[in-house]
Amino acid sequence: MKSLKTFTIGGVHPEENKRSANAPIQQLSFPKQAIVPLGQNLGAPSKPIVKRGDEIKTGQLIAKGESFISANLHSPFTGKVLKIDDLLDSSGYRRPAVVIEVGDDVWEEGIDTSAALKREISDDKQSIIDKIKANGIVGLGGATFPTHVKLMVPDGKKAEFLIINGVECEPYLTSDHRLMLEKGEEMLIGIKILMKALSVDQAIVGIENNKADAIKHLTELAQKYEGISIQPLKVKYPQGGEKQLIKAAVNREVPSGKLPIEVGCVVTNVGTAFAVYEAVQKNKPLIERVVTVTGKAVRKPSNFMVRVGTPVQMLLDAAEGLPENTGKMINGGPMMGKAIMSAEVPVVKGTSGILLMKKEESRRKTPQTCIRCSKCTTVCPMGLEPFLLAKMSRLERYEESEKERIMDCIECGSCQFTCPSHLPLLDYLRLGKQRVGQLIRSRK
Amino acid sequence: MNEVLLFALLTLGLLGTVAAVILYFVAQKFKVIEDPKIDLVDDVLPKANCGGCGFPGCRAFAEALVKSADVNKSIDGLNCPVGGNDVMKDAAAILGLEVQEQDPLIAVIRCNGSKANSPAKIDYDGPSTCAFAHNLYAGEGGCPHGCLGLGDCVASCDFDAIHMNPETGLPEVNDKCVACGACVKACPRGIIELRPKGKKDRRIFVSCINEEKGGVAKKNCAVACIGCSKCFKVCPFEAITMNNNLAYIDPIKCKLCRKCVEVCPTDAIHELNFPPRKKKPEVVENTTEKESVPAASSDNKNETQA
Amino acid sequence: MMNQFTISGSPHVHGEESVSKVMYTVVLALVPAVLVSSYFFGLDAVRVLLIAVLSCLFFEWAIQKYIIKGPITITDGSAVVAGLLLAFNVPANLPWWILVIGALVTIGIAKMSFGGLGKNPFNPALVGRVFMLISFPVQMTSWPVAKPLFADAVTDAVTGPTALGLLKEGIDAGKTVEQILSDPNMPAYLDRLTGNMSGSLGEMSAIALLLGGLFMIWRKVIDWQVPFSIIFTVFAFAGIFHLIDPTYYIDPTFHLFTGGLMLGAIYMATDMVSSPMTITGKWIYGIGIGLITIIIRLWGAYPEGISFAILIMNAFVPLINNSFKPRRFGVKAVSK
Repeated sequence: MKSLKTFTIGGVHPEENKRSANAPIQQLSFPKQAIVPLGQNLGAPSKPIVKRGDEIKTGQLIAKGESFISANLHSPFTGKVLKIDDLLDSSGYRRPAVVIEVGDDVWEEGIDTSAALKREISDDKQSIIDKIKANGIVGLGGATFPTHVKLMVPDGKKAEFLIINGVECEPYLTSDHRLMLEKGEEMLIGIKILMKALSVDQAIVGIENNKADAIKHLTELAQKYEGISIQPLKVKYPQGGEKQLIKAAVNREVPSGKLPIEVGCVVTNVGTAFAVYEAVQKNKPLIERVVTVTGKAVRKPSNFMVRVGTPVQMLLDAAEGLPENTGKMINGGPMMGKAIMSAEVPVVKGTSGILLMKKEESRRKTPQTCIRCSKCTTVCPMGLEPFLLAKMSRLERYEESEKERIMDCIECGSCQFTCPSHLPLLDYLRLGKQRVGQLIRSRK
Repeated sequence: MNEVLLFALLTLGLLGTVAAVILYFVAQKFKVIEDPKIDLVDDVLPKANCGGCGFPGCRAFAEALVKSADVNKSIDGLNCPVGGNDVMKDAAAILGLEVQEQDPLIAVIRCNGSKANSPAKIDYDGPSTCAFAHNLYAGEGGCPHGCLGLGDCVASCDFDAIHMNPETGLPEVNDKCVACGACVKACPRGIIELRPKGKKDRRIFVSCINEEKGGVAKKNCAVACIGCSKCFKVCPFEAITMNNNLAYIDPIKCKLCRKCVEVCPTDAIHELNFPPRKKKPEVVENTTEKESVPAASSDNKNETQA
Repeated sequence: MMNQFTISGSPHVHGEESVSKVMYTVVLALVPAVLVSSYFFGLDAVRVLLIAVLSCLFFEWAIQKYIIKGPITITDGSAVVAGLLLAFNVPANLPWWILVIGALVTIGIAKMSFGGLGKNPFNPALVGRVFMLISFPVQMTSWPVAKPLFADAVTDAVTGPTALGLLKEGIDAGKTVEQILSDPNMPAYLDRLTGNMSGSLGEMSAIALLLGGLFMIWRKVIDWQVPFSIIFTVFAFAGIFHLIDPTYYIDPTFHLFTGGLMLGAIYMATDMVSSPMTITGKWIYGIGIGLITIIIRLWGAYPEGISFAILIMNAFVPLINNSFKPRRFGVKAVSK
């Protein structure tokens, strides 16, 4: 095994709690009614092209991504469009969504639904990107950035490395881990496809060494695939952050305010690599993903293959119900996930897990005064001073916080995690980032 | 006299004199020539430095007034909401101009989603700032337009004119309001509006800004405007407009006839400081209810519970 | 409704750190030094420690209740730490009333008047100590001679000069280092290390203090940079002068193990509230303290300089914080 690499500045070690690491991925049954939000990707929401009463098939395009940063959306089910209405999603607001009455599963023609492995990559560069775009692939690590946009390397830049994020540094979550174990081969083909699309000959899969089985499994498989290497990494949060992963894997630092392509890197998640395989080799759109259902009180922590649009309630039922003393429901992991308001919220492309917190873990401890211990500064992976930025936000001194590089904050939550005074540092940082963003836009 | 003392006195005295002379010449050289009218105007301004006029502080406003008077020969469009007509008249007199009387304004809270009307479905745990909560979710009551109740407006007020009522969880505006507009800017949901104070402080307004469909809005809040258009139809003065399932009463066209208040099925239209009415039994029921609340907090004019 | 969920921003988990945990770790780290001083000074040490801690707690409580009228937070441990450190800075035979005044200055002036925990620019215990040193110079510098608990108590309440005081006096009188070291009052090498000498409570045993310091570094309550840079600077600076003129300047290890250097470097200078926030800042701060300490010790009027050095550098902390930012990720990135 190679020596363990990691990123250099900051980082914390939250309890891992990977309770569902040994639960194989199960296919979840279909709901009676599905809610498919239109804004499932970063950037502009997709524009619906179906209307009320339309009969639709599984895999059929139901909404188009029209602007540059946007993605297509396909029907995850066969059935009838009941309505297009504003419904509660994980953002905490009611947003436009297509409501589908689910019937028998009939796939759109031209989609290969067999499990047979297709190794040979027959498409050329452009047709790979076209297929990825047509099938609505977005980054499945959580940010849901449209993948085809990422693959279009701007003029004058050259991608040297494809870095695959198998870090899964969020505590509790195991969806990527299970996917690596169960769909390893498909994923490696997906990586090969991405390498072809980017014309790079080196791909590095970064995996934290708490997933020894996945590292072993993929290292064996990867011997057949030229150019793909598996890089075990030391466990440290937030290693799954794009910039931190690049630093850990190839020791390059993405300049402040720039994209990874600046240092010749493109980063995608392992789940995305699998989705790319399915999109390019099987012409299958992104309509399902692996979701972990976990939490300290969950009776049966599991990993499910879930169709997008399935209400969270279905997942909870499959994990033997909502534990009685649940105080908080989180879409995602405990460090960066978003608390959701009810179990009616549907699973979307960016849902990597549903985490249930016990009542006693749910509420924060009472904030005390800052004792200037500088722990937040020490753990910040971006080398910022969270205490200072939070204070500036509170005092509405946004110009100053911009100079202190508040926009570099990746919202990983390490500062708030470590603060002995339990201060809501990240809350204020987020607010500050939003306001500074407005300021910057207003200058243009 | 002690020699040392004398020496010290002389040295310090000399140093002081030299410094004074230097200071004098520096002051002469860097003297800023300013229109004396700016000082005069500045003197009559309220010195609240609230920014309600749109300028950073009273001094800047005084400069703007003098400049406008010099260039345009009028100060129309410039107004000090804090000082009101009196101050503007004084300022105009200094500048030798006339000023138009303007209706005094007051901040009005257009949400009645109190804890009773819009019960909390979830429990918010985080910093007490509406700006952050607004980014996080729709609100404890579930209304994406409603008051979050965390008091950004209260924090923004320099005049001690807006306070949270712990019982309703809503802010209330009192007499001290000078309509500087700070709370209007602070509210991330745009609930607060500056409206004319009205004759005898009488005002009628729609206390809701929810643009969702009636059913959805009503599910989250018992007193939401459901966009039924009844008030729109009944208004004899065309003061009410309907937009996105929401009624809005134009305060200038409104003649305070109170017909809309009677027809509103969800009590979303509020009337303030009117005498109790006598007709119709079902309305009487309403009135008694509305009467009881201002009586409870008699000295501060209850904005939210008309 | 069946279940009321909580909504809050991420992160949804928190590490196990808390303010009181930090404070009580410091208290725990002081235990070895407390034991050593109790061993050498007996009940006197216990008396001083108790008076200092209790009066600090009392003043904090009284000020929070009657003057600030805010929440009472004496249980967070910060007043206990301030009291302990204050006691460590005084001789064991200090009259109780001076100690109470010192505690009032520590809590009332140096801490609460700035707004309480987290707001004070200067280390409260040091402000208290310096106040007492200037106001009551006689009582503050009459050091009882250490008499180990089980040794024969030959004389009672004998006071003697500290090693640093002896050195200062001797140098001022024109003696050479060798002559001073042969003075019968001068503690032997090993005694300096274990603390068998006169001095204030916490200046006794360098070993006990180092032990506590290592514990705090292990528990991540303090960073190693500050104590290390102070000790290193003092050692290097004193060493240079010793090499230049060994008859006039004593060898550097003497400086390390006498006086309050260890106490100051490990417990006082590292105080979270009044020390810089960044690693570079911590180096600058530590080196500054070391330099000022050794300058005062070699050429100043006082035999001991660490308290003044720390207070002076405390004043520079805001400036250091502003000028030395942490290394930002992706700024001046190393290309390849």
